[in-house]
Amino acid sequence: MTTTPLSPSTQTQQQPDSLGRFGRFGGKYVPETLMPALAELEAAYEQYRQDPDFLQELDGLLGDYVGRPNPLYFAERLTAHYAKPDGSGPQIYLKREDLNHTGAHKINNALGQVLLAKRMGKGRIIAETGAGQHGVATATVCARFGLECVIYMGVQDMERQALNVFRMRLMGARVQPVAAGTGTLKDATSEAIRDWVTNVETTHYILGSVAGPHPYPMMVRDFHGVIGKETRQQALEKWGGVPDILLACVGGGSNAMGLFYEFVEDAQVRLIGVEAAGEGTETDKHAATLTKGRPGVLHGAMSYLLQDEEGQVIEAHSISAGLDYPGVGPEHSYLKETGRAEYYSVTDGEAIAALQRLAQLEGIIPALETSHAIAYLETLCPQLTGSPRLVINCSGRGDKDVQTVAKYLGSAE
Amino acid sequence: MTSVSDCFQALKKQGTCALIPFITAGDPNLGTTAEALRVLDQSGADLIELGVPYSDPLADGPVIQAAATRALQQGVTLDKVLEVVQSVQGEVKAPIILFTYYNPIFYRGIDNFLAQVAQAGVKGLVVPDLPLEEAEVLLKPAAAQGIDVTLLVAPTSPKERIEAIAKQSQGFIYLVSVTGVTGTRTEVASRVKDIIPSLRGMTDKPIGVGFGISQPEHAQQIKAWGADAVIVGSAFVKRLAENSPPEGLKAIGEFCRSLKAAIVTDQ
Repeated sequence: MTTTPLSPSTQTQQQPDSLGRFGRFGGKYVPETLMPALAELEAAYEQYRQDPDFLQELDGLLGDYVGRPNPLYFAERLTAHYAKPDGSGPQIYLKREDLNHTGAHKINNALGQVLLAKRMGKGRIIAETGAGQHGVATATVCARFGLECVIYMGVQDMERQALNVFRMRLMGARVQPVAAGTGTLKDATSEAIRDWVTNVETTHYILGSVAGPHPYPMMVRDFHGVIGKETRQQALEKWGGVPDILLACVGGGSNAMGLFYEFVEDAQVRLIGVEAAGEGTETDKHAATLTKGRPGVLHGAMSYLLQDEEGQVIEAHSISAGLDYPGVGPEHSYLKETGRAEYYSVTDGEAIAALQRLAQLEGIIPALETSHAIAYLETLCPQLTGSPRLVINCSGRGDKDVQTVAKYLGSAE
Repeated sequence: MTSVSDCFQALKKQGTCALIPFITAGDPNLGTTAEALRVLDQSGADLIELGVPYSDPLADGPVIQAAATRALQQGVTLDKVLEVVQSVQGEVKAPIILFTYYNPIFYRGIDNFLAQVAQAGVKGLVVPDLPLEEAEVLLKPAAAQGIDVTLLVAPTSPKERIEAIAKQSQGFIYLVSVTGVTGTRTEVASRVKDIIPSLRGMTDKPIGVGFGISQPEHAQQIKAWGADAVIVGSAFVKRLAENSPPEGLKAIGEFCRSLKAAIVTDQ
């Protein structure tokens, strides 16, 4: 197994500046108590991202424990579904992050951070979770390394992702319910940060998205960068080129950044992120931060944010707990503002239909989060000419969502 | 009202340790907040911190979080909070320091925000999610409006950082007594005892200690360790929240006097 630095040094313009900014986004808007911890984390990350022993351990575990590389799968019947009468149409591939151990991309980052925490001598791990995938990934790596683990989760999310709550507890994690606000990911994240402020000297916070204060957006992106790197390699093997279009769902945006980052400098590759429109972006029940939000500060970073006329953060809404977040990672805000990436949104109903479509055409039940990316094919495919190669990040599997889907379909009948 | 810096100057001359109570604006309602400012002013408060309710108060514990949520549910806005501040001008002598998170400031625009709060009579600002590196955008324009932006120092801050913060902080230096969020605790963190003299060696700016202080004995201890001001928040907010407005006002008046007595009658 080869060990390569986590970030190619040629991509300097995509590194945040010394204050952790991507353009005007990012930064460190946190209580003073956390500033030394962020500096310590930054220093540790800078040290170990180039450290051969660290990279070898990470690569070994990504292979034998997570099961990487996962396939770049040609979705033949989905491709046929979107083919035009003349036979042209996008060639659709799925990057199978759903086949990772624990069923989603989240473990790439959880594993990287736990190895870092171990080297930093932190024996206690905390994390926030929405859909429960990041919580499960964190509980998993904590079990693997014998570390104490506390997962903050909104009470509403605990109800709609009950299976994942049970999985975390099975692996010895304590799941701490958060009832504040609407009991979703935003509130769980705030509570995790409060825990970190209190226990900062003994605890590492494994933040689960490309959000939060610097260095998290950069570090989480880099740990997920393996998704894009494998995709490049596999595309080269399969058709001797790069993908024409990359498509991924965006809540905080970790799976999208993981796929996009490798290709940001390949200007011919279209990068498309799909947000959750909930009941519709014209309603007040959505999570389409980049589509409808304005710049603001949440959970330590300047980024697009759903907020009211007083600068108070608005509760997001999505059927998908993992996308139900009023903020977004700062690098996505930067990619949007520079025009490098495009962002659209699809509704709850469109996501459910896409989940059913993929299940029936390919025998793959995607997570509700992932289903948002797949749903955007309905809009995108008719606009495309020729037969571009399109890679969707199949970021997670849908086992955790079957009850939510059953409930939705039951009430829709 | 005088400026925060002038207020501390005067107190220093008298050799008095300042008492700074904190209340959340709009809990239980704005009328009670206005009255509470008067009561605190007359009960020994030297300065008053007024919390602007925010949807995601990262640095606050359960008591102040709940107060902010209740205030927001009633439709309390920054404009309404500033109206309250304006309404007590001339009556309340203690300088009012606004405690607010950064996003509402950013949303309004820094210059616009500063002009409005200065107009209302606010003398100081504490922004808990704006550490030194991010505070630069606020420090200069605030000084131009005559508003002191007080920065926080934490028990985890290394020496070089404390020096840099002490240099930039205006009015006083806000020393957070614990690693943690606001809220009452049974004991005062003993690390404060060591940090205060070390701060003294770096700056002649006044040192105010807050977070976790809820009893007159705590205040007395903090004073004995050499602080120039004691900041008490959740214990006031709780008294207002747990009683009817008239009883709550009476309770915070009594509590304020007991804290004051503890720090003036030092052995």
